[in-house]
Amino acid sequence: METKDDNLSAMCKPAVGEAGRTGDWRDATPVIDPTKCIASVKNRPACYLCWLYCPEGIVTAAVPVKIDLDYCKGCGICAEECPSKAITMVMHEEAVK
Amino acid sequence: MSNVQIITGNSAAAYGAKLAKVQVVSAYPITPSTSVTETIANWVERGELKAEYVRVESEHSVMTVCISASTVGARVFTSTSSHGLLYMHEQLHWAAGSRLPIVMCCINRGVGAPWSIFNDQQDSISQRDTGWIQIYCRDNQEILDSVIQAYRIAEEVYCPIMVCYDGFVLSHTMMPVDIPDADQVCQFLPPYKPHTILCPEDPRNINPVIFPWQRRDAEGVLRDGYMDMRWKLQHALEESRDVIVRTSRDYAELFGREHGGLLWSYRTDDAEVLIAGMGSIATEATTAADLLREQGIRAGVVGVRVYRPFPRAEVREAFRKAPAIVVFEKNISYGYEGALCADIKAALYGTGIDAPVHNFIAGLGGRDVKAGELADAVRSSLTAITAGKREQQTWLNCVTE
Repeated sequence: METKDDNLSAMCKPAVGEAGRTGDWRDATPVIDPTKCIASVKNRPACYLCWLYCPEGIVTAAVPVKIDLDYCKGCGICAEECPSKAITMVMHEEAVK
Repeated sequence: MSNVQIITGNSAAAYGAKLAKVQVVSAYPITPSTSVTETIANWVERGELKAEYVRVESEHSVMTVCISASTVGARVFTSTSSHGLLYMHEQLHWAAGSRLPIVMCCINRGVGAPWSIFNDQQDSISQRDTGWIQIYCRDNQEILDSVIQAYRIAEEVYCPIMVCYDGFVLSHTMMPVDIPDADQVCQFLPPYKPHTILCPEDPRNINPVIFPWQRRDAEGVLRDGYMDMRWKLQHALEESRDVIVRTSRDYAELFGREHGGLLWSYRTDDAEVLIAGMGSIATEATTAADLLREQGIRAGVVGVRVYRPFPRAEVREAFRKAPAIVVFEKNISYGYEGALCADIKAALYGTGIDAPVHNFIAGLGGRDVKAGELADAVRSSLTAITAGKREQQTWLNCVTE
């Protein structure tokens, strides 16, 4: 084994989208109501529990809060944790409309 | 100058790990393996071995620690038996799939239910298809020497190795063992060069999801598909045969002891019947062969030392002229036959070797196997073969009705 084989074991540089566009797996889509989202209402960085709890790390803690739908699997944890009930999970077909 | 001490098989294994200068040891106690890592823990506590000893809550975690430590470049060691090995099963696949040169002693013990703490080889045989190289030792000297050799083989082919030996029969039996000189072992065993260096500046995602087909990763590097990686593991094990034989030869040159590479034989040249086995039962068979020769039956023994990769070519050569083959083994592949017998028969397929093959399942759960009983069994097989019975499975000393 003189020549090094990059594929001897499965490894890669950590990168966005390494496992493909996992947003394809989603049934329900999170939709944020800016009239209820605390960061948007206060117009400054605040709350961000959705960002903290998102298991995929695809919520951007900004004003307004952004969710990367290319990788959101639609688990609904953000909607569950949102203290102001600003996030609604809507079925895919309705979200597309 | 030789340093011969009278020690148990478990002490011999511990000395092997110490001489290989292992850096991380993790283990969970289980009979009959416990005293291997107990001895090592003692050395670590007293500062006689500079290693990290990691205590965990289960064998599954043991192998996880070994995998992690090996990934970051440490030489690692562990030992276990029976249910401990089975509890590791999932992580055994991860170790082999990650191509990590972990060395583990499996001190062979029967598997429940019902509980048995005594010896057979059902535990390691049932881990046959996890991608680990398996070496079966026949005495305490071979255990020590095999542990040292295992590191050199594993670190050259990047495959983990299980050094297997019979519980109690070897693990707790004292024999004279020549403990090699530490400097000479250093000369034999170069430092471990990991296939991937992990460091915070160059982070790696290890074992990400692999798709069925090859594809470019986010950096544009073409990555293997799952099946290609499986082929590489298979190829690595197939290719490791040469490395195992060469390592055994190099070891013999330096230390004067050769345990036979993949396979060894005893009084086989003019044999009318060849006995096959692995581990201590094969040692016992050499005494049986002597007894049979005293009674006028020319018997010889073929000991399979390395079970995976299976020594296909060597088995063919060893049995080329055998008029009859009798396989003794301490395992059963339920619903078929002993695993070794099935593999020997498969290796002979299409070669024109057409000897009858009889299979004895023996010594399960510690049932004693004496040389005289092996000799009687071979004689009964020869009678059956003369009567035309080409295949036969017999459970030795067992109530079968």
